[in-house]
Amino acid sequence: MRNILRPLGFVLLSALAVLSVPAASAQIRVGLVLERSGKDDKSFNASAYQGLKRAEKELGVMTKTVEAPDNAAYESLQRAFAEKKFDLIIAVGFHQLESVKKNAARFPGQKFLLVDEDAKAPNVRSVMFEEHEGSYLVGALAALHAPGGKVGFIGGMDVPLIRRFETGYAAGAKKINPKMQVLSNYLGVTGEAWNNPPKAKELALDQFNRGAEVIFVAAGNSGVGVFDAAAERKKLAIGVDSNQNWLKPGFILTSMLKRVDEAVFDSVKLYKEGKFSTGLIRYGVKSKGVDYSLDEHNARLVSETDKKQLEQLRTEIVKGKIKVPDYYLIQKK
Amino acid sequence: MLEAVFSNWILPTLRVSTPLIFAALGGMWCERSGVVQIGLEGIMLVGAFFAAVVTHSTQNPWWGLGAGMVAGLVLSLGYGLTVLKLKANQIVAGTAFNLFAMGVPPFLSMIWYDSTGSTPVIPSEALFRSAPLFLMVASVVLSAVFYHRSKFGLRVRFAGEHPKALESAGISVQGKRWQGIALSGMLAGLGGATLSIYLASSFSRNMSSGRGFIALAAVILGKWLPIPTVVACLLFGFTELLQIRLQGVVLWGERPVPVQWIQILPYLITIVVLAFAMGRTRAPKALGGVE
Repeated sequence: MRNILRPLGFVLLSALAVLSVPAASAQIRVGLVLERSGKDDKSFNASAYQGLKRAEKELGVMTKTVEAPDNAAYESLQRAFAEKKFDLIIAVGFHQLESVKKNAARFPGQKFLLVDEDAKAPNVRSVMFEEHEGSYLVGALAALHAPGGKVGFIGGMDVPLIRRFETGYAAGAKKINPKMQVLSNYLGVTGEAWNNPPKAKELALDQFNRGAEVIFVAAGNSGVGVFDAAAERKKLAIGVDSNQNWLKPGFILTSMLKRVDEAVFDSVKLYKEGKFSTGLIRYGVKSKGVDYSLDEHNARLVSETDKKQLEQLRTEIVKGKIKVPDYYLIQKK
Repeated sequence: MLEAVFSNWILPTLRVSTPLIFAALGGMWCERSGVVQIGLEGIMLVGAFFAAVVTHSTQNPWWGLGAGMVAGLVLSLGYGLTVLKLKANQIVAGTAFNLFAMGVPPFLSMIWYDSTGSTPVIPSEALFRSAPLFLMVASVVLSAVFYHRSKFGLRVRFAGEHPKALESAGISVQGKRWQGIALSGMLAGLGGATLSIYLASSFSRNMSSGRGFIALAAVILGKWLPIPTVVACLLFGFTELLQIRLQGVVLWGERPVPVQWIQILPYLITIVVLAFAMGRTRAPKALGGVE
């Protein structure tokens, strides 16, 4: 019963919120549909939201953001935007793939941007990130800070996307130290995995107990639990998607940036300039679409020699000298 | 050796089980008095939120704990109003309160912190170290003693088992049910508070992630009795921990056990326990009945 009622009520409310937008004039209107972890996940969705806010400020477009209460709501939220004749509808997260496909076919006159999956539709611009390349770099950095030979990885929901982070990370760590041992845990196999900091903290404490010195976490809202554990044990953690260094200064070695903000901003900009293109666009280390973060919060942690080594690795990846294992390709075999 | 077992197994199991035990004890009291309490999830969520807000603004976790308890109490009294005074269906009203509770934190955090459903991080000096563990043990002992050895416990049981008999003894059935509901609100509110200011360092969206429903399952598994309910919570906590520990462990051959198999464990153990180790359960006779 609860399973039926909860989504239904939220979809209705959210749809109402979308519909209540007054029909505007010639101004470009952009609708953003976020995942359930929301615009304040300090991570993936937060990055998309920041990109859109920047577009609103610098490009003068009208924007509207909604958050899905669960995975069943995406289709109706996107459709509500489409029916209101929004010019560009941005869907963030791989969960939205099927609903974008449906809505793109139903509303061929409008444009869609899908982040993290390839919709393969004529009016959809699909943006994918080479997470494994960025994870490779932070994996190398983790290994440089783990003289004991053990680093950890904690993933949110066990899905291919997160596996891709893991394989890249492990490869990077092993590049620095071939004997590196990578401990790996996942929070779960359902969407709850993104919203469970207490469990993430227990996982991290366990990995620290087993000797891990640095833990890379890719788990949405749950990530803060890992940062808590790092601060408690005076060890290091690595953040993900947005720059999370500020959350626990001194205990977050770096963050693996996934510039969703850039992807969103670029797309809106291209749309405004009439240069919007559809199809699959990839963001890798070459274009710094995936990167590691450096700021005042981790300046003391990352040394000049560390930086040099990482830049060396980046150049080798860009030149094709290093082939970072890609879980998506491994999976296909 | 003994110390390792304690710090690697016993202490983490207790930590993981703490929110469950608080909520389950609350659920037990409420259901024993004859009122179905499926709103534990929502009460925990609201408790966790207000605990984080107050701890953040006062920098003192005890105020936060109190706030979580009061928030839980207020929500449960609202529930009591609908089911006891207005005679609403308890399952429907409970569901409504869960939905309502999901919406409260995002709404208020938007006003206070301009954030949809998370609160600012609380510095670790202002978080609990281990006080909630002792508080949890105290609640277990008190619940067990009051349930088995007090007039109050007996009367609450009668309100759920045989309300007519209680009435003929000149004691208000409604009164006992109000008390049961209030207890569930306070205890589940405390459970929620331990999530945000003991096990984590801020409130994040939907952070109860199903724990209220697991607590409810523990009540049923524990046959609506205090100690068995707590044991059921510890079992759920332990399987969660087992799930954490067994991930990536190589049992045989070269490859670790696939994570999906390990994720099944809590459910598998629950089913096995329910089917084989339990025997018959009987809910309080007047549970959910409208007087």
